[in-house]
Amino acid sequence: MSAPLALRVVEHEAQVFKRFWRGTLFGYVLNPLLYLAALGFGLGSLITENQGEVAGLPYVEFVAPGLMAAAAMQAAAADSLWPVMAGMKWIRWYHGMVATPLRPRDVYTGSVAWTAMRAGLGATVFLVVAALLGAIPSAWGVLAIPSAALTAAGFAAMLAAYAATQEVDLRFPLIMRLGILPLFLVSGTFFPIDQLPGWLQVCAWASPLWHGVELCRASTTGMLEAVDLAHLAFLVGFLWVGWLWGIRSFDARLTA
Amino acid sequence: MSETPLIDARGLVKRFGDFTAVDHLDVQVQPGEAFGFLGPNGAGKTSTMRMIACVSQRDGGALSVLGMDPATEGSAIRARLGVVPQDDTLDLELTVRDNVLIYGRYFGLSRAETRRRADELLEFVQLTDRRDDRVDALSGGMRRRLTIARSLVNQPELVLLDEPTTGLDPQARHLVWERLYRLKRSGATLVLTTHYMDEAEQLCDRLVIMDGGRIVAEGSPRALIDRHSTRDVVELRFADEHAQHAALARLEQVGERREVLPDRVLVYTADGDADVERLTSDGPHPESLLVRRSTLEDVFLTLTGRSLEE
Amino acid sequence: MSALFLHVVERDFLAYKRMWLVFLSGFAEPVFFLLSIGVGVGELVGDVHVGGETVSYQAFVAPALLAVSAMNGAVFDTTFNFFFKYKYSKSFDAMLATPLGPTDVAMGELTWALLRGTIYSTAFFALLLAFGLVASPWAVLAVPVAMLIGFAFAGAGMAATTWMRSFVDFDYVGIVLIPLFLFSATFFPISEYPTGLQIVVRCTPLYQGVALERSLILGDVSWALLGHACYLAVMGVVGLWVAGRRLGRLLQP
Repeated sequence: MSAPLALRVVEHEAQVFKRFWRGTLFGYVLNPLLYLAALGFGLGSLITENQGEVAGLPYVEFVAPGLMAAAAMQAAAADSLWPVMAGMKWIRWYHGMVATPLRPRDVYTGSVAWTAMRAGLGATVFLVVAALLGAIPSAWGVLAIPSAALTAAGFAAMLAAYAATQEVDLRFPLIMRLGILPLFLVSGTFFPIDQLPGWLQVCAWASPLWHGVELCRASTTGMLEAVDLAHLAFLVGFLWVGWLWGIRSFDARLTA
Repeated sequence: MSETPLIDARGLVKRFGDFTAVDHLDVQVQPGEAFGFLGPNGAGKTSTMRMIACVSQRDGGALSVLGMDPATEGSAIRARLGVVPQDDTLDLELTVRDNVLIYGRYFGLSRAETRRRADELLEFVQLTDRRDDRVDALSGGMRRRLTIARSLVNQPELVLLDEPTTGLDPQARHLVWERLYRLKRSGATLVLTTHYMDEAEQLCDRLVIMDGGRIVAEGSPRALIDRHSTRDVVELRFADEHAQHAALARLEQVGERREVLPDRVLVYTADGDADVERLTSDGPHPESLLVRRSTLEDVFLTLTGRSLEE
Repeated sequence: MSALFLHVVERDFLAYKRMWLVFLSGFAEPVFFLLSIGVGVGELVGDVHVGGETVSYQAFVAPALLAVSAMNGAVFDTTFNFFFKYKYSKSFDAMLATPLGPTDVAMGELTWALLRGTIYSTAFFALLLAFGLVASPWAVLAVPVAMLIGFAFAGAGMAATTWMRSFVDFDYVGIVLIPLFLFSATFFPISEYPTGLQIVVRCTPLYQGVALERSLILGDVSWALLGHACYLAVMGVVGLWVAGRRLGRLLQP
């Protein structure tokens, strides 16, 4: 009966959210919209003038779903590192939670679920605005919302699991700068990965963000194919592995 | 007492908005003294200490520290002070030893000199084996000892300690007291605030009792007790309020004074044992009965009608 | 004021000695952007016309990224890091118990921010040289200009920090920085904007830095550059003046 208990954690996070919603609005919504304006429309018009289409799409339609998935990843990553450290060590609210019937795995699952929900909410707002601006050609685009949420969940699961093993936040900026940022930039977000040198293309296939971007892009352009099931499977697998690690690392940390 | 005082405060005032934290305080501290500010939380002790440490501007009165005015010569004064603040302000990004080293550099000491003193001081506070650890890893008592070591790196003429053992367990407290006692014996001038009477009795030659930003009494711990309390105190606890109330009339007939607290009655008397004998022969029947010597707690209770630790 | 503030710099150096990887990673950000947007997206863009010349997209973006990294570094050090030190870690309280005063602390942190920024700028500039993205001898001024950009934003950042109450307020820092980063003619020429917006962009601070760096590195130099430089210098001085007035009261209530 893990699910109902984890829901109580979601409830706690939602309470906190009432005070800190601005940061979420910025990370999940405003940030990708600004990128969309600058790169999709500003730079996009230059690209259209010079080269025409990118992967058979106007650049703004190409980049919008990429930004949607990438923002979900970036914000979910940041929300799963420092806040987990705060819950474990700085403010220690997790310790308060496990003093109730909640188990460490409920705390973990609840936190990841909450991050995914926020990402889904942010993706919805982004999608609506981007569609109004003409960057979303297909109604299948609604499927990009769960795709972005799933991408966020995968990264949240993995990074929260990792954060629970850390005593200090020394390595967190490294993860953001040397892990998340390169993924953001080379996972097919801004340009097709077949432009990458061969070895980097192989790396991009291993990047969960690339699978999230492909899934979002297939949805917003209405070009869903059988291969997208493979992307979906990859993301579910990524989330599963992270979750298996997380329930262990939270258990180890909170019952120690 | 003919020397110039290290601290000379006259009519010192500190306000935060409408609230007067320190209300016309007069205090002199002489070289070599161990001087204490005793009082409950909110009495104005920390505000006073911060003005003496030249990190807070006064709002009225005159203050001289080491013969200089903190308002204009703060930096020169701080160069000769050692400060142990209430909350440890250790640098969490540095190791134990680096904390002492960089602190010495803030005083403009040479690297070689700070290194030598840092090793000596870590030895003094018994942290030599933890010198390369991060501060995070230290217990509360160790952190406090490190803060003390750090405050001594400039060989200060005056050491200010704000609640030096608050929040520490009894064992850690005794270790800190023991180190401070050694420091005092070596001739350092100590000024400390505390709301523990045992701490004040252990460490202070002379102290003031503060309440609501004012001084309510001044003297050595012994003199204060002699002046404001009796030699002995008999503490009586009763089964319930009714029994306590019924016993009061009988208690009127023994000792010099009584304090009725919610959970017990204190009888102030010159000879506790004799009074106990009189009370037990024909008296009320308390649940428990204890005779002890008067402490500064009793002085505070007598002067303000309130208990030190709420 | 004395040279005591240098010991504040020494403290930051000591702290980073144990976090050298974090220090180095600060250099990675502009490099990643150069490789992905400059090279990757650059392939889609082709050449760009700027100042009557045609340059590759990498050459167009690279100088802007130098300006951006100078801004980001200075703002990060004087907002998040500065706030953390004075509100949470209390390391400023410890400094202020010594002969150091508020001015020494502020000067020390500013110096450190500029020092660190200069190291990053120099490394990034060396990379541009190696990639053949530097076209003019005027580029010797690129690193000093990066310092000027750092100074301007450090002043503004420190002044802004004196109004911050909690980390929640730092959301606003991002709300200011990201649009500056994206819209200061960083990724496409200012001529792409409608005329009204062009005027707005010309008034923003990062645009001054981007215009300076791009002109110097591509060799399109004119007297107008002095105007950009004055803008940045004034911004830094005003920021520091405001910060100086408010900081003493905040640190020593």
